[in-house]
Amino acid sequence: MALYLSKYGKILPHLQRKKGFLGLISRSPWSSRFRQNGAALSDSSRTSHAVLCEIPIVFTSRRFESVRADKELIPLQSASDPQALNFPGGIVKFTPELKFLSEYPEERMHCYRVLGENGEIVSSNFVQIDKDIALKMYKDMVTLQTMDTVFYEAQRQGRISFYVTAIGEEAVNIASAAALRMDDLVFPQYREAGVLLWRGFTIQEFADQCFGNKNDYGKGRQMPAHYGSSKHNYFTIASTVATQIPHAVGAAYSLKMDGQDACTITYFGDGGTSTGDFHAAMNFAAVMEAPVILFCRNNGWAISTPVDEQFRSDGIVVRGQAYGVRSIRVDGNDALAVFSAVHAAREMAISESKPVLIEALTYRAGHHTTSDDSSRYRPAEEIEWWRAAQDPVARFRKWLEGEGLWEAQSEAELRAYARNEVLRAIQVAERINKPSVEEVFTDVYDVPPPNLADQEISLGETIRRHQLDSSV
Amino acid sequence: MASSSIFRRIGGLVVLSSRRACSRGLSTGSEELISSRGIGTAKPINLFSAINQALHIALESDPRSYVFGEDVGFGGVFRCTTGLADRFGKQRVFNTPLCEQGIVGFAIGLAAMGNRAIAEIQFADYIFPAFDQIVNEASKFRYRSGNQFNCGGLTIRAPYGAVGHGGHYHSQSPEAFFCHVPGIKVVIPRSPQQAKGLLLSSIRDPNPVVFFEPKLLYRLAVEEVPEKDYMVPLSEAEVIREGSDITLVGWGAQLSIMEQACIEAEKDGISCELIDLKTLIPWDKETVEASVNKTGRLLVSHEAPVTGGFGAEISASIVERCFLRLEAPVSRVCGLDTPFPLVFEPFYLPSKIKILDAIKSTVNY
Repeated sequence: MALYLSKYGKILPHLQRKKGFLGLISRSPWSSRFRQNGAALSDSSRTSHAVLCEIPIVFTSRRFESVRADKELIPLQSASDPQALNFPGGIVKFTPELKFLSEYPEERMHCYRVLGENGEIVSSNFVQIDKDIALKMYKDMVTLQTMDTVFYEAQRQGRISFYVTAIGEEAVNIASAAALRMDDLVFPQYREAGVLLWRGFTIQEFADQCFGNKNDYGKGRQMPAHYGSSKHNYFTIASTVATQIPHAVGAAYSLKMDGQDACTITYFGDGGTSTGDFHAAMNFAAVMEAPVILFCRNNGWAISTPVDEQFRSDGIVVRGQAYGVRSIRVDGNDALAVFSAVHAAREMAISESKPVLIEALTYRAGHHTTSDDSSRYRPAEEIEWWRAAQDPVARFRKWLEGEGLWEAQSEAELRAYARNEVLRAIQVAERINKPSVEEVFTDVYDVPPPNLADQEISLGETIRRHQLDSSV
Repeated sequence: MASSSIFRRIGGLVVLSSRRACSRGLSTGSEELISSRGIGTAKPINLFSAINQALHIALESDPRSYVFGEDVGFGGVFRCTTGLADRFGKQRVFNTPLCEQGIVGFAIGLAAMGNRAIAEIQFADYIFPAFDQIVNEASKFRYRSGNQFNCGGLTIRAPYGAVGHGGHYHSQSPEAFFCHVPGIKVVIPRSPQQAKGLLLSSIRDPNPVVFFEPKLLYRLAVEEVPEKDYMVPLSEAEVIREGSDITLVGWGAQLSIMEQACIEAEKDGISCELIDLKTLIPWDKETVEASVNKTGRLLVSHEAPVTGGFGAEISASIVERCFLRLEAPVSRVCGLDTPFPLVFEPFYLPSKIKILDAIKSTVNY
C-alpha cells in the first residue's frame, strides 16, 4: 500500500499544474482528500482502499470517450463488490495482503501419459486409434529411425555434408502428424522430418534434398535436412530458430478468415522458447485468436545447453497461462499421448479459434546435428539410459504386440526393408546431377531484376573463360 | 527546413517527364493521369491522405488483404489508416501488440497464404526488431523453398526521415540496411501523387516490399492526386528536372531540397538534371547512366549518414559504367556519421547550401 501512496502523491502536484491533463477531472474534492488523508492513509489499509475507490469516474471515463461514442461504457465500479475495480483490462479484486506470487508452483505441472514404459495402457482418457493408423504410425517411426541412422552414417562417410537426426523423438514426430489432417499447415523447426514422412514425402525425396541434386524441390540452395514441400503443406525448414512460430500464427489467422476447417502447427525446441519470436508469436496468437498448435519438443538440450541454463520456469507449459493460451504437458515418448493431445488441441484450435500450447517432454537421444558430439557435454550413460528405457518406438511396439498387431517377424522385415530403401535412395540421389547454375539467380524475386541478369552473364563468362565445371 | 509553400509548389510541379520520354522532353506521367482524357478527377491532398486512399483502394480491390500495426485501428499516429477499420472491419484492419518482430513475423505468415499483408511499423526507427524476420525470413522465403512458397504479398510501411524535431529516434533513414538484402524491394515516394501509385504497386508486387514514407511530407506536401486506382511502376527512376551540366539523384523528401539547390544553381548558369530513384532496390541504373553520360557529373544526396549509405552503391555503379565520361568525382551530400541530433538538425542534414556548394565544386572540378 505504501507504494500506491507515494505514486499518487507524486501524481498529485503534476495534476495540479496541468489543469487540462485529465480534462474533466474536478480537482478540489479529489486533491483535497489526498491532502487531508495524506498521513492517515498509511495507517489503515481500509482508508487507503477507500481512497483508491474514490478516484473519480471521470478519470477513467475520458479514456472511453476517445473511443466511439456509441459504445456502452462498462460499469467502472461494481455496485455489489466495492472490493474490486474495473481497471483497463478488467475487474480486479483488491487484497490487503502484501503477498507475492511464488516463482515456482507448489508442484510441477503433471505430464499426460497413456502408455506405460512396458506398453501398457495407464489412462482411460485417450483417443482410440484406428488399427491401420496405428500400424502406419509404427512403420513410419521405424522408417524415421532407420533413415536417420543411415543418413547419419552417410554424412560420416562424407557422402552428404550435414544431417539432423530425430532419434528419441519419433513419437513426437509421427504421432503428432498422425493426429492432423493434410489441410493443416506445418511450420517446422528442423527436427520434424517424421511429420513430412507421415504425409507422404518419399525416402527418395529426402535423399534428393540432402544431396541437393536437381530433383531437390529447394533447388540445392540449402543445407541437407532443410526440407520443404508445398504439396504436403510443409513449409520449408530454415536454420534460424523459432522464426517460424509467428509465421504459423499469421497463417492460422488466414485460415480463420478464410473459414477453413484447418489449423496450423508449429514445432520448436526448448531452446526456441527463449527467443523473442516465441514470445511475440504466443502473444499474437492469443490476441488475434489464431487456430495454431504451438508444439514444443522439450528434449532437454539446446546443443550443449541443458534446460536449467535455458530457463527457470516450470518448463514451457506454464508459459501458456502467462499469455492467455491453453496448454498441456505430455509424455513426448508416448505415441498415444501425443496423438490424443494433438487431436484434442486441433479440435479446440479450430472450433474455438484459439491457440493451444503443447509441451512434449522427451529426450534428444542423438547429437544436435552431425556437427556435434554430445558426449563432450553429457554423460554417455545418460544418453544410453534414455535410448533404452524411454525409446518411444519400443514402447509403441510393445503396445502393438500386446494388441496382437505386431510380431518379431514383421519387425525384422520392416527394418530390413527400410534400410534397403534408404541405402538405395542414397545411391540414386548421389548420381543425379546438381541443378543448373541458372538456379542461383531464379526465385530471388518472382522475375530476375536487371542486376541479376547482369551477374548471370558475368558468372557465365567466368565459367566459360576458365572452363569451370558448372555441372558440379 | 523548407516552408509548407515550397512543398505545395513541388507538389504542383507534377511530373515533368518520365524516363522514356526525357529525350524528347515530353511531359508524361501524372499530367496524363490528371487530364480529362485520363483517369478522372483529382483533388489536392496531402501525403497521409494519399497513403490513406491507396490503402482504401488496396483493401477494396482485394478481399484477402489486411492492414495492421500499432495503433492503426483508430487511424494511426499519422492518420494514414483513417476510416479503414470502420469500412473494412476490425478483422481486416487491426491493432497489433507492441512488437515489431511479431508484426512482421505474423505478416509473413499471412502473406505466405497468398494474402496481401500490409504491415505498419510506427516509425522506421523501430523497424530493427523486425530486421531478422525481414532479412532471414521474408527476403529468402521464396528462394529457400525453390519457389514452392513465397511471401510476395508482404508490404511493410514505415514513416522515415527528418521531421524538424525528431532527434535520434523519430528521424532515421534506415534504407541502406535494407538495400543490402537480396529478395526484397525498397521503395520511397517523393510526393502524395507518387506515394499513392507507388504504394499500390508495392502492395500488388509479388515480392516483399519495404515502403518508407517521408514523414515530413505527411501534412506539408499537398498535390493533385487522382481519386482513382492507379499505379506507378517500381524500379523505374524518373527525371523530374532536365539539365545538362550535372546529374543529381535522390529520393523522398530530400528531392525538394535538391530541387531548391538546382533552381539556385541555375542562376549561376549551371543546368542541373534531377532524378527521383523511387525504387532503391532493384534500382534503375540505366536511367541514371544515360543521364550521367549526358552530363558527365553525378551528385547523390540522402539524409542517411554518408558512410555506407545508398549513395555509395550508386556512386560505385555509375563509376563502373561511366568512368571515362565522368568529368569529376561523384559527389555525395549526405547526413553526418552521427546519430541524428536534435538541436543540431540543420547542421546534420544535407541542406540546400551544402548541395549548392557541392554542385559548384563538382562543376568547377
